[in-house]
Order: sequence, then structure tokens, then C-alpha cells
Amino acid sequence: MSATAHAHVDDHAHDDHGHHHKETFVTKYIFSQDHKMIGKQYLILGVFVMGFIGIAMSLLFRMQLAWPGESFPIFEALLGKWAPGGVMDADVYLALVTMHGTIMVFFVLTAGLSGTFSNLLIPLQIGARDMASGFLNMVSFWLFAIASAIMIISLFVEAGPAAAGWTIYPPLSALPMAQPGSGMGMTLWLSSMAIFIASSLLGSLNYIVTVINLRTKGMSMTRLPLTIWAFFVTAIIGVISFPVLLSAALLLIMDRSFGTSFFLSDIFIQGEVLHYQGGSPVLYEHLFWFLGHPEVYIVLLPALGITSEVMSTNARKPIFGYRAMIASILAIAFLSTIVWGHHMFISGMNPFLGSVFTFTTLLIAIPSAVKAFNYITTLWKGNLQLNPAMLFSIGLVSTFITGGLTGIVLGDSTLDINVHDTYFVVAHFHLVMGISALYGLFAGVYHWFPKMYGGRLMNKNLGYVHFWVTAICAYGVFFPMHFVGMAGVPRRYYENTAFPMFDELTDIQVLMTVFAIIAAAAQLVFVANFFYSIFYGKVGPKNPWKSNTLEWTAEQEHIHGNWAGPIPEVHRWAYDYSKVYENGDYIIEGQDYVPQHIPLQENEEEMNH
Amino acid sequence: MTTLLTLAVLVLVAIAIWQLTKIFELSQLRTEQHQIATDSDNKNNGYMLFGFLVFIYGITIFSFWNYGKFLLPEAGSAHGEEYDSLMLVSFIIIFIVQTLTQALLHYFGYKYAGKKGQKALFYADNDRLEFIWTIIPVIVLAGLILWGLYTWTTIMDVNDEDDPLIVELYAQQFNWTARYGGDDNVLGGANVRMIDIDKANVLGLDEADTYAHDDIIVKELHLPVGRKVNFKMRSQDVLHSAYMPHFRAQMNCVPGMITEFSFTPIYTTEEMRTNPDVMDKVKRTNKIRAEKSASTGEALDPWQFDYILLCNKICGKSHYNMQMKIIVETEEEYNQWIKSQSTFAETVMKDDTNPAFNTVSAVSVAE
Repeated sequence: MSATAHAHVDDHAHDDHGHHHKETFVTKYIFSQDHKMIGKQYLILGVFVMGFIGIAMSLLFRMQLAWPGESFPIFEALLGKWAPGGVMDADVYLALVTMHGTIMVFFVLTAGLSGTFSNLLIPLQIGARDMASGFLNMVSFWLFAIASAIMIISLFVEAGPAAAGWTIYPPLSALPMAQPGSGMGMTLWLSSMAIFIASSLLGSLNYIVTVINLRTKGMSMTRLPLTIWAFFVTAIIGVISFPVLLSAALLLIMDRSFGTSFFLSDIFIQGEVLHYQGGSPVLYEHLFWFLGHPEVYIVLLPALGITSEVMSTNARKPIFGYRAMIASILAIAFLSTIVWGHHMFISGMNPFLGSVFTFTTLLIAIPSAVKAFNYITTLWKGNLQLNPAMLFSIGLVSTFITGGLTGIVLGDSTLDINVHDTYFVVAHFHLVMGISALYGLFAGVYHWFPKMYGGRLMNKNLGYVHFWVTAICAYGVFFPMHFVGMAGVPRRYYENTAFPMFDELTDIQVLMTVFAIIAAAAQLVFVANFFYSIFYGKVGPKNPWKSNTLEWTAEQEHIHGNWAGPIPEVHRWAYDYSKVYENGDYIIEGQDYVPQHIPLQENEEEMNH
Repeated sequence: MTTLLTLAVLVLVAIAIWQLTKIFELSQLRTEQHQIATDSDNKNNGYMLFGFLVFIYGITIFSFWNYGKFLLPEAGSAHGEEYDSLMLVSFIIIFIVQTLTQALLHYFGYKYAGKKGQKALFYADNDRLEFIWTIIPVIVLAGLILWGLYTWTTIMDVNDEDDPLIVELYAQQFNWTARYGGDDNVLGGANVRMIDIDKANVLGLDEADTYAHDDIIVKELHLPVGRKVNFKMRSQDVLHSAYMPHFRAQMNCVPGMITEFSFTPIYTTEEMRTNPDVMDKVKRTNKIRAEKSASTGEALDPWQFDYILLCNKICGKSHYNMQMKIIVETEEEYNQWIKSQSTFAETVMKDDTNPAFNTVSAVSVAE
């Protein structure tokens, strides 16, 4: 069965790619069906455009937190009527927090990260000419573009964008009279997310089908690089959980526009009783977090996959415990769908449910711990090539541990009582999923930049500056933040001056904001490096990092179909780095790596596959 | 002048960056062209990784040294002690693991930084090692889970043993109201559909329900020390969360349902004010407030410690200022206070113009 499939792929390739294609500007750069171009489109739109907006928003509200009520010309310039006299308004503060969360979680870290690297790497690393359906892939990207456009448009509506927090809990998000952002802004938010979900589903289905059906000859599942395993499992979680968010969004739209009562009951607001009866906001919370928690892993797993690959390559060692890594990806994926209730310990749901979710949540710490230990062991006795991508991978493991450990506190229903919804939570998830996923993203960009832009390499020294400044500032922002949370400061407060007990925390807020501004400035170095290197980057060798995976056997210049000749056949797993014969000689003389398409050598023992 | 200075600094910084990139480009020309880490890159970044480990330890120590005192003081509730010890043990575990794993990660990054001719060890698997670091978290987490769940079920078991005081916390944008059951300690029926603004029946109490007649509605929460309090939470509009950090207590207020939380206050407000940590905090805070008053000209009153109820679920524009003072006092003081408060029958039901709740100024008079 699989043999015929491959034969078919090859034939197809021959038909299609033997002749020269005439591509117009539109088919090449805009409505492209080539997975490499679509990956780059995701990167530019998701990371550079949406990421810029999301991070800029965080700076604005961080300034408000550090210097509450202070007037800044930049507020007036950017926020206009929402910052009269340069003083930020409380409603727009909530809007900024909400949109920062929405954009970073969905648009940057889901679409920007998974969209970029799943598209770029799946066909290249499994040895396929393209995705299973190039057309659906294109549709998926353009739906994402429409969703982004609507989300950006929502920033400019009369009453402001959605402002109910990125989790948009009803009734706040359902009732336009509860806050201005719950009017047109929320309608656009919901429309944008509905389209986003459609985009995500099309993308995910495509990734799953591609990984299952289009692997090249010899590429068994247990020979797949861990990147592909991570993308594959991520896509599966997405397919399982995103539809549930769609249902939550649809029901919320009905409550808002058609007078149904799925999430609303017994409401008296602005002098009148509303007709809603019998719904429950807790139901919404269940539906939202049924996606919301797997979403954390949708964001994180691709970053971990990238890290596994980059770390192994640059350590010149096989990833430690390849099968354990796959097992933990699967375990994390499975557990991630049954832990959502830990966001709801004090939502009013039955405490017994809280117990169950505490149990499952702390279980997920086990595969996570295994992954962390495996990464550390991968470094042990390596020959570490400390390229920027490698540093970001090491940085990821560091923040993943620091952020993950505080999960022990938050996942414990008892301890959650007093830190729930405080800055402790904000610090926790920014380190463990925000910063970690961003590091994974950066590692991926530095590592696979040559694959995206005709063999050009990004400037390493600027990369080092980018990494070190970011690494220090990320801890500078989020480490002290734990203390703010432990002091009892709730999140999403416009200012903390209404409580004298928080007066002495202002200095920490200033410190965090200063670090945040420096960190953001460091990202500009990255942006400059990226765009400069697209045009003027030095073209490196075909396989610059001396990596084993198939993408480095593909042509440097982008051609539709990836390989000019036949697709390489795979003879080994992806991690034969520094493999030696019994006498201590490298398998291939003078070369500490054996790419996947190299057949087993004489006297070579096939280990691990 | 300041603008000029700022501009001058910006220009200088720009020139510096420009010069740096120049130098950097020139140095690039002479050395290797390519952008792949060399031995010297590996060496330098190896040192940096080691330095980063020191930085992580440094920021940890710095934070504890400077911010450790900002953490919440000793818990003011009976279950709070158990909560705090579980937290302490969790943190000890967290810091042991954090210190060790970060050390290994960064030290390996430094120790095994790449060198020409250095051979990496082909080391792909070790079942025993993997078993060890699977089983250790399992055991540690099992302990934490059991302890946590035991505490959780105890805390969340809201029952009527030990004659608890029944108090309703009522949330709306953007304030809190509390309701006591009165002499019968039973809350009368209520629903948002019975809210009558004209009659100032803002909590929607059922006038036909005789249990409601002796209910007392207040804007400042008084609790007798040492007696269990069962809170019943309601919200009339959006989600709110009743967060009482000093009591290690929190529960969301959900429109359409009644949520519950229960705790026993163990220190009166007065006792808490004499807690050394709290006294230090008050002293520090008032110093800051005095300085701020002096510098901004806006007079800030000196602060004295009070228990507080905050809203901790985003609820709209004034979410950041939705609070209610909590006063824990002796049984006698409490009884005296509650006696001085008017009941629902005496206020709303008797006279339409009376506000439904006892205003805080009335409370102060009673004090």
C-alpha cells in the first residue's frame, strides 16, 4: 500500500516538475500553494505583523502599571480618544490586555509558530513534494489572514475592541452594557476567532494527512524527527479541541444576538432585569478551557519539537531517549485534554471535580519532567555548537523548567485558592508557554532561515545580542512578578493605587516595565537581522548545521517539489550524530553525522531503528 | 532643555550603534565570512551560559532579599496555616529542583561547549536513568497530590457544623454588599427579579419571606473571631470573584447560582495590626505614602492595616477598585455592632425612602 503511494508521488513529481512552470507574481507570492511560501507567509503575518502589535500593546499597559495615571505623549498618539491628555483610560487598559492575550496566544504562537514550521518542515523532513492538499493549505493561510484583518479592524471600532480578557467569559463579554468593548468589538472578536478556527482546522487536517500518507520510502513513524512528531500531535490536539471553542463561540454569538440563554441567567444590569434564565457562565468556562488548556500545548509542543531537533543537531549527539520523548509528547497530548478544570477550581464547580483535575494536572508534570531531563542529558558530553538557535533552545529548557515548576502550585487546587488570577499566574504562564514558545520560535527561525531564504544565514552576532538581552530581560520581567502575585495583587487591575497594601510593590512594577521595554527593543535587533539577511545574508553551505534530516538534502533554491531529482530514501533515524564503530571511528570518516538518506554502512550496527 | 538633552543622548546612541556596526562589519571582513558558530563563539557563549546560571541564582536571591517581605503575612484563618505549610513545602521542592536542574543545564552548556576535535558521546538511551527520573517525580507528586487533596476536601467542605455564621456576599459592578441572616441566622429568599430600585430593595429580597425580614444588609463586613463563617456568594450582573487574600480564601460569584466558601477567622483586626510583619509593612507603606504626598502634593492618608475583600475576576471598567473592608473583632464587639444595624424589615419594608443597606457612616457612628 505504502509502496504504491510512493510510486504515485514520484510519478506525479515527474509529471509536474519535469517541465518548467510559469509562475506569476500572484501565484508565487500571494495565492501560493507551495508549502515553503505558505510557511513564510505565516511567519511574516503571524510573527512580524501580529507579534509586533501584540508586544507593542504589552508595553503600553506595562507603562500604565509602572507609572499609574501618568501622562505619556505616546499614549495620546496611539490611543487617541482613549487616552485623553495622554492618560490611559481604564477601559482601554482592559482592551489592551485582552487583545495582547488574544493576539499572542492565537495569532502569534498558534498560527505564527505552528503555521510557519509545520508548513515549512513537514514536507521537507518527511520527504514529500508538498502538503497533501496545497489548495487547502492556501485556503487555510488566507482564512488566517482574514481573521487577522478582522481582529485588527476591531481595534478601530467606535467603542473599542473586546475587553473582557482573552478568555472572554460571559456575561461580561455577552452584555454590551457591561462594558463598551462587549459591543461591536466583541462581535468582531468572535467572527475573527470563528474564521481563525476554520483556518486552524484546515491546516491541522492537512498536516495530519501529510504525515500519515506522504512519508518517503523508509521513513517509518519511529524514524521521524521529533519536530514532525510534535507538529503531528499538535495538529491532532487542535482537531480535537478547536471545534469545542467554535461551539462556545457560536453559543455566545447566539446569546448575544438572538436572545438565547446558554451562558446567562438572573441578570440585573443598569437598572433592569434581563430576560435570560437558566444558562450558566460555568458551562462557557468548561467549553472554553476544553480548548484553552490543550491550546497551551498546541503552543508549546511545536516549540519543544523544534528544540529537540536543534539541540540534538548542535550538541552533535542523538536526542536522549527518543522513544521516551515520543511517549511524553503523546502522554502530554492525552493528558492535556483532561486537565482543563484546573482553570476553574474556584469557579463554583463541584469541589470533587476540582480533586479530579488536580490529580490529572499534577500527572502531566511527569512527562514534562521527563522531557526536561532528557534535554539536559542530551547536552551532557556533547560537542555543543552554540549557534543562536542552540542558545534559544537551551533558554527554552531553562524557562520551561522555571515556569513549569510553579505549575505545581497552580495545579494544586488547594494552593490555587489564593494565587488564582493573581500575577503569580501571569508570571507562570508567560514563562512556561509564552517565553518558552517564543524561544522555540526564534530557535526555529535562526536554524531554518537558510531553508526559507535560499541558503542565506542570519547574522550570528546580532543573534547573540538578541538572545542574551532577551534571556536576561525575560527573567527580569517574570521572575519578580511571582512576588507581586504572592503579595496578592490581582491581574487585570488598571492600577493598584486603590489598595494601600500594594503601594510598596510599585518599585517592582517599574523594574519589570523597564526590563520589558529593553526586551522589546532587543526584538527590533531580530527584526532588522531577519530582513537584512533576506536580502544581504551570506549564502552558507547547503547543510550549514551539518544536520541529518532530509530538508538539508533539498535544493537551496526553492523549487516547487523540493527535490530536483527523485525524493531521497530514508535508511536510518534522524539522530545518528557522532555515531562510531566499535573502534571509535566515525561511521563516515571525518564527519560526525550520518544523514538519514545514507544507507547503513558495512559493519554498522543499526541502533534505535 | 530636557528635550534637547534627550535628543542629544539619542543622537549619540545612534552614532554609537552606527560605529559599532561599522567596527563589527570590518572585523567580520578580516575573520571568517560565514555565520556558523566557531570555536571562539562556543567558548564565549559557554562562559555566558555559566554567567547566566549565576544571573538566575542572583535574581532569585535578589528577589527574595528585596521582595520576600512583600508576601502576604501569616494567614488570618484556621485553614490558612495548613495552606501556608503546603505552600512552603511545595516551594522547597520547587527550589531544590530549580537549583539543581538549572545548574546542570547551564553547566553542561559551559562544560561541553564545542571545540575542534572534541568528540560527542553517542548516548541515545538509558532505561534505568529514565526510569529513575520518571519515578522520582511520581513519588514526590503523589505526596503533594495526596496532601493537597486532603486539604482541599477539608477546606471546600462547607457544612453547618459548629453553628456557623451565615453571610451572603453580593457582587455587582463595582461594589460589594454583605447580608447577614439576622437573629435566625437564615438568609431570606432573594432573586434579581425582585430587585426594586424605587424601594431601594437592591438585593432583590423576597418581602413575602419572613426569613428575610430580620436580614441585615451592610457595606462593611464584620466577623466575630473564632466563629466559622459560611459565605454564600451571589452576583447580579457579571462574574466577580470574592478574594480575601489574608484568609487564603477565594470563590467566584456567578450570576444565576450561589457559590460557597467557608473559613474561621482566628485573629482580630487589632491582633493582626500588632503582628510584627504587618507592623513593618504598615511602616514601610506609610513612608512611601508620605514621600508620595510630599512629591505630588496630593495628600494620601496614612494607612492602617485592614483585612480586605477584593474583586479578582475581570468585571469591567472599575474592576481595579471593587473592594470591601473586613473587620474581624471579638464576639462582644461583633454582637454590639450587629445589634446597632437595622434589619430589612426596619428599612426597605417600612419606609420606601430608606436605603436598603446600612451605610458605612452609620457603622462608624456605631463604633
